[in-house]
Parts: sequence; C-alpha cells; structure tokens
Amino acid sequence: MTYQTEPLTVNVGPQHPSTHGVFRMGLTLDGEVIQEAEPVFGYLHRGMEKLAESLTYTQNIVLTDRMDYLASMTSNHAYVITVEKLAGVEVPERAEYIRVIMSELMRIASHLMAVGFMLNDMGAFMTPLLYMFREREKILDLFEMVCGQRLTYNYMRIGGLSHDLPEEFVPALQKLIDSLPGFIDEYDQLLARNEILLARTKNIGILSRDSAINNSVAGPVLRGSGVRWDIRKADPYSVYDRFSFDVPIGSVGDIYDRYRVRVEEMRESTSIIRQAVKELPAGEIQTATVKNLRPEAGDTYGHIEGPKGELGFYLVSNHSTQPYRLHVRAPCLINLTVLRELLIGAKIADAMVIFGSIDVCMGEVDR
Amino acid sequence: MTKPASTKEIADSLEHKCPGAVVELSDKDIVVKTKSLLAVVAYLKNTPGLDFDYLNWMTAVDYTDHFLVTYNLTSLKNNISLVLKTRCDNRENPTVPSLVELWKGANLQEREIYDLMGIRFENHPNLKRIFLWEDFEGHPLRKDFIS
Repeated sequence: MTYQTEPLTVNVGPQHPSTHGVFRMGLTLDGEVIQEAEPVFGYLHRGMEKLAESLTYTQNIVLTDRMDYLASMTSNHAYVITVEKLAGVEVPERAEYIRVIMSELMRIASHLMAVGFMLNDMGAFMTPLLYMFREREKILDLFEMVCGQRLTYNYMRIGGLSHDLPEEFVPALQKLIDSLPGFIDEYDQLLARNEILLARTKNIGILSRDSAINNSVAGPVLRGSGVRWDIRKADPYSVYDRFSFDVPIGSVGDIYDRYRVRVEEMRESTSIIRQAVKELPAGEIQTATVKNLRPEAGDTYGHIEGPKGELGFYLVSNHSTQPYRLHVRAPCLINLTVLRELLIGAKIADAMVIFGSIDVCMGEVDR
Repeated sequence: MTKPASTKEIADSLEHKCPGAVVELSDKDIVVKTKSLLAVVAYLKNTPGLDFDYLNWMTAVDYTDHFLVTYNLTSLKNNISLVLKTRCDNRENPTVPSLVELWKGANLQEREIYDLMGIRFENHPNLKRIFLWEDFEGHPLRKDFIS
C-alpha cells in the first residue's frame, strides 16, 4: 500500500520563545524530516553601518553596544582597537588589562546565556537557564559598578576607558572568580552526563571541519568542529599574549562539542581573569586624545575574539571626524550561513537545538 | 600574530598565473580586475604554500565614482591574511562574480552587499535582499541614497 504525501511548509518565528530574538525561518517538512530551510532576517535591521557614517568616531561606540546586546563589552573592545589602529592611538597598560578583564567577564556571561538557552530549546525548561541567569547577574553587577549600566555599557573609549575601577570592584571580582569554577563544575556534573542531554546533542547537527572553514564560521562553532583558531592566540590584541590559556576544541563537530567548547572556555576565561587581576598595573586609564579624532585617510581592519566568534570592524577614513565607511564582520550573521546545511535532513524537533547551538544574537545579525 | 601577506610576492606569482589580473598594488592590498577575480581567488585558495582557505569577510565601499568590493582572505594554516579588492565602475549595473562556489561563507555576505550597496553577484544561488523588503527602493549604503 502506498501513501501519497506532500511537503508541508511550517513558519517558525519571528515572535517565538526559542528564536533568540526576532529570527524567522521557513521549514519544508517531509513528515518529521526537514527538506528545505530558509532563514529570514531583517526584523531588527537599524541601518547601523549607514548611521555610523554620520556620527563621530567616539559617538559610534554607543552603536556597538546595541549590536550584540548580550556581549556589548566585547563589541566596544573590537571597535575601539580598530579606531586606535586606524589613528595610531596608544593605550595605557592598565586600561588594556581592564579591557581584558571586562571582555573575559563578558565572554562568560555570553556563554552562560548560550548554554542556558540551548538547554531551554532542548526542553530542559527554565531550571538550568535560571541558574545561568543567577551567575550572569553577578557579572552584570560588576559591570554596573564600573560604568553604571547593565546592558549597554559604552565603557571603552578610544585610547582607554571611561572610568577607572572603583575600590570595591577588585574584591567583588575576586569573590566571583573564586566561586565561579565551582558553579561551572556543578552545572557540568548536572548536565554533561545527563542521558537526555547526550541523546539530544551527540551526533546531531554535525558540522565537519572542512565545511566549517568553507562556510567562514568562527568562534565556538569553528572550534567545536576541531579547528584550533582563536584570535586571542592567532593574532593577540590588548595584552592577551601575556596570559597562558588553552583553546578548547571539539572532535566531532556536533551540538555536544559546541556545548563543551563553551563550557571549557568559561573555565579558561576565569583563569585569564585571575592572571590579569594578579598582574593589574597601576597608572592612567586614558591617554589624552583629541575629542574629535580625524584619522589620516586610509582603511584598516581590526578584530577580536568575541564570545560568538571573530568580531571585526573595517573602517575607511577620509580624514574627517566621521568614518567614510564602517563595516562590521558580524560573527552572528556569518555563522548563520551554515544553518541551512545543518537543518536539511535533520528532524524538526532538533531544529531549534541546532539553531541554539550556533548561538546568535539578532541585534548583531541585522545591525 | 596574523601576518599580512607579502602583496609584492603574490602579485608576482599572479602575473605568471593570470597575466594582467593585477591592476593596483600597495603594501596593504591588491586590486584585481573583476574579470580575473574568480581565477585569482581560486589560485590563492588552492595553491600549496599560499593556502588561503578561509574567506574571513567581504564588503563593498562606495567611492561615488566607483565601488570597491573588498575581500579579506585568511590562511588558517599559515596564519596569513590578504586584502583583495576589485573595482566596479558601472554605477547603473555593477556586477561582480559570486564566490559562493568556492566559499559558501560568501552566500549571506554577498546578499548583504547586494541589498545595501546594490552590487549584483553573478551566479549567486539565491541573490535577493537580506535585511530590507523586496520592493524597497534604492540601496542605503550608497553615498547618493537620501534617507
């Protein structure tokens, strides 16, 4: 007996609890198997690259806050080091150390969200996520302490930082990094050998090494596929060359490997922060720079290892106070290139977990 | 450190492989003919010793009388990066060959450039607007776009 079947098209998003913002995709299904997937972007497009052309170099820092709003500190960092490279601005050593501390705290906060939401997508509803939120909250408290903001920090400046660390910051940070490894171990014990989690993540959403490179993916997704590529090691910026840390990689390239890479990276970040606090030099946090910077005409590209992957800025200057062109190498958008390939042939129940394992923030995808 | 590639050496070897492809050369970048782009990029990607296996990012800049499409190629193996540019003089219908066949990573980035800058990518599998809606008029990142 034969059945006549026809493909069914399902719309997912843009308003959906597991689309991490306003992401939409059209899935064509044959039974439970995805035959075709088409991601749709643009619901959060604010034209930032155009807007940046009418703001000064310093004013643009606030735009970077609003790209990846789960990791504003690292966006700040990427932008300011690019402008410093373009204009040849020196940064005091203390400011570089503080930038490293902030970026690594941000990486931990962002990975906590990545892991938490991925578990949420998987059906471990809310409980793990709430614990992740609890830890992230402590990091946000630290950020609030230094700049008064909890999401859009606008903390880094061209040539330094907006504020020095307040007195109570270092003891509070010390307390956090003393407790954090224990919490990470605790989560890991709860989750890493959990049979349901293993069944939902092992050998699902496999991205091969070659395909990862061919698709230009970066960050934990690239490393999960076994490529040891981390800008902090490959092209050290700020003072990253002074710290010892590992670059964890996966072997299979499945969802589990991407999960593992993020968990391991949180441990490495804690270790970097510990080293940075120990060596934190005294001194200035800002070089005296002109308020309205007018870099020489030319173009430059600066990049950092953001929580989601290589985050870079390409700036073209025509010797005026505003950039002639600003382009963002947005890891969230480029990492999504691979989504269609991962979804085709997968089961509908895994679609959201695969999407969650890529870890995107729509603010940066659409800009 | 990611070293910038020696543009001089690469331009010399390109002169043998694709004569006349290099239009302009500086310490930082190489500008190649749009016609030769695919051949140049395939050569850079597949030649042992160069191994530019990773298309890091691409974008386009409007210089009012021409566009420059900029590619940043990286060799993950040798930790070397190269900035490659190609010039588009036709404002009415700027066209550049698509790199999707070589790097799938170009897919969404080319769509983004098409959407915001209005440059067409020949042989792109799915060239349509990515952020703006289909009947949106104009391409906002062009300098003559009035918002």
